[in-house]
Amino acid sequence: MGETILSLKNINKSFGPIDVLHDINLDVRAGEVLCLLGDNGAGKSTVIRLLSGVHKPTTGTMEIDGKAVSFKSPRDASDAGIATVHQFGGTFPLMSIGRSFFVGVEPTKGFGPFKIYDRKKANAIAVQAVQSFGITRIDDGDRLVGGLSGGERQSLAIARAVHFGARVLILDEPTAALGVKQAAHVLRIVNEAKRRGLAVIFITHQVMHAMAVGDHFAVLIRGAIAADFRKGEKTREEITDLMAGGETMADLEAQIETYMERHDGHPPQPA
Amino acid sequence: MTIISSIGGLLRRPEAGAFLGLSAVLIFFGIFGGVTFLQPAGMASWMNVAANLGVIAIPVGLLMIAGELDISVGAMVPFGAMTVAVISGHFGLPIWLGVAASLSFGVLIGLINGYMVIRTAVPSLIVTLGSLFAVQGVVLGLTVLITKSTSVALTVEGPAKTIFGDFFFGGQVQVMVIWWLAITAAYIFFVHFSRFGNWIFAMGGDKVSARNAGIPTERMTILLFVLSSTSAAFVGMCQAILYNSAQVAGGQSFIFNAIISVVVGGVLLTGGFGSIIGIFFGTITFAIVNQGIYYTDFDRNWSSLIIGVLLLLAVLMNNTFRKMALAYAPKKGAK
Repeated sequence: MGETILSLKNINKSFGPIDVLHDINLDVRAGEVLCLLGDNGAGKSTVIRLLSGVHKPTTGTMEIDGKAVSFKSPRDASDAGIATVHQFGGTFPLMSIGRSFFVGVEPTKGFGPFKIYDRKKANAIAVQAVQSFGITRIDDGDRLVGGLSGGERQSLAIARAVHFGARVLILDEPTAALGVKQAAHVLRIVNEAKRRGLAVIFITHQVMHAMAVGDHFAVLIRGAIAADFRKGEKTREEITDLMAGGETMADLEAQIETYMERHDGHPPQPA
Repeated sequence: MTIISSIGGLLRRPEAGAFLGLSAVLIFFGIFGGVTFLQPAGMASWMNVAANLGVIAIPVGLLMIAGELDISVGAMVPFGAMTVAVISGHFGLPIWLGVAASLSFGVLIGLINGYMVIRTAVPSLIVTLGSLFAVQGVVLGLTVLITKSTSVALTVEGPAKTIFGDFFFGGQVQVMVIWWLAITAAYIFFVHFSRFGNWIFAMGGDKVSARNAGIPTERMTILLFVLSSTSAAFVGMCQAILYNSAQVAGGQSFIFNAIISVVVGGVLLTGGFGSIIGIFFGTITFAIVNQGIYYTDFDRNWSSLIIGVLLLLAVLMNNTFRKMALAYAPKKGAK
């Protein structure tokens, strides 16, 4: 078990009169994948926004390596080594792989006012970084990002974060929009990031994907952590039931069956 | 093999549509108008139009690549012209003072536009629509107040005339053509070879990601608005010096003409895609259609029809080429 990089202590967050998060306590360790599970509206996105510097907690503290930190902007968070990769990769569809990889930190050659963007170097580094994650199909840095598959885009974004020294990788529903094969691709990359000693926070509501890579699970229900357990401590059904807010899927199935029995086999009409 | 792949490479570039459009209008007017418009006199007529338009179209195109729009250029042209005419013509102060004031007002309006866009988050179309009318009002109001007229004469001699508003090559080509070519070369360097260009494309692709990547998006936005409104003031100023007078009206045509040149040039309206050389071709294409009609037997009233059709064709073509660029993946082992 790696050492704790990031920890949340008694975090509360409210937007005006609405309390969104209550007493969140989480530890994120190096070389470990923390799966943050929860239904829509449970507060997963708010947790991400706190971690990535978009919002500030109302009360409570965030610590990195045991020292309290406060992020004023997303830039502060990324300077502290926290990188967030969004559902669609957060990259620029009409830019080339090399150019989008180095946005804001373009390598240049030449001197004085005539520094020019070093396309060859940017392309070579970007392609090499992605390939080191096992995506060998990307071999031309001039291709446009929009032409890559969803999984390849995610991989590019993750490779970029790792290349620029991220220690904590936040993946916001990386597999939500992907097919089965593509999702497996991304999960492999999550494993590779873990192997390299990064702390990964993996946000999803697909329990299958979470179980495939997770070491540590936290389930959010209505802004509070309803369960916090380690790999192997709960079954898939138990986790799904937890996410649904305690109302078990088995209950729901039983309800539908009774309804169908009473209504000549017709399922209930959607409201 | 290499020829085919390099043609394919050309088609995937943003300026592909503009290049084909330019070829098409050259052929069209070559057939219907003879080659006279490619001879010096004809060249001069469309080069002058292209130069005045191009100096404005490129910064407008950069704003579009960055996901913004500036239509206040339509008021900045007469503003720039009137400023220099009132200061150096009506009051008879030194021409350099008029030039400096004209450009300073360009910078000022650009700063106001840019600041309003980043502070209010109102779409830049609306912000600059507001400043378009506001500046028009200021120009008309102040000019009539100061000079009791809507047209002000200006006589310029010496180096200022040579630099900003003279003809050369036998009195047909405006000095603006040289400015246009030099400015285009400078933009090509900054947009496609320096790192700042990458920032502009990133801003148009996804402003939030661009800011998170450490790009000073707000400063860049203000800078681009300053560039476009100063360029428009510059063109107005040069026209006043060239024609020895300035009118309060006029300049409106620059709004749509610049946007047409930029879109024909392959810039994506929603930002993130385009090229300077494409805008350059787009401007020439527009100017040739605009002027070429005089060399044909057609009534010149038809030129708007041609421009409209051309615009639609260009947009459709550019969409196709963009899809090709997106779908492009090198064949295995075809390096």
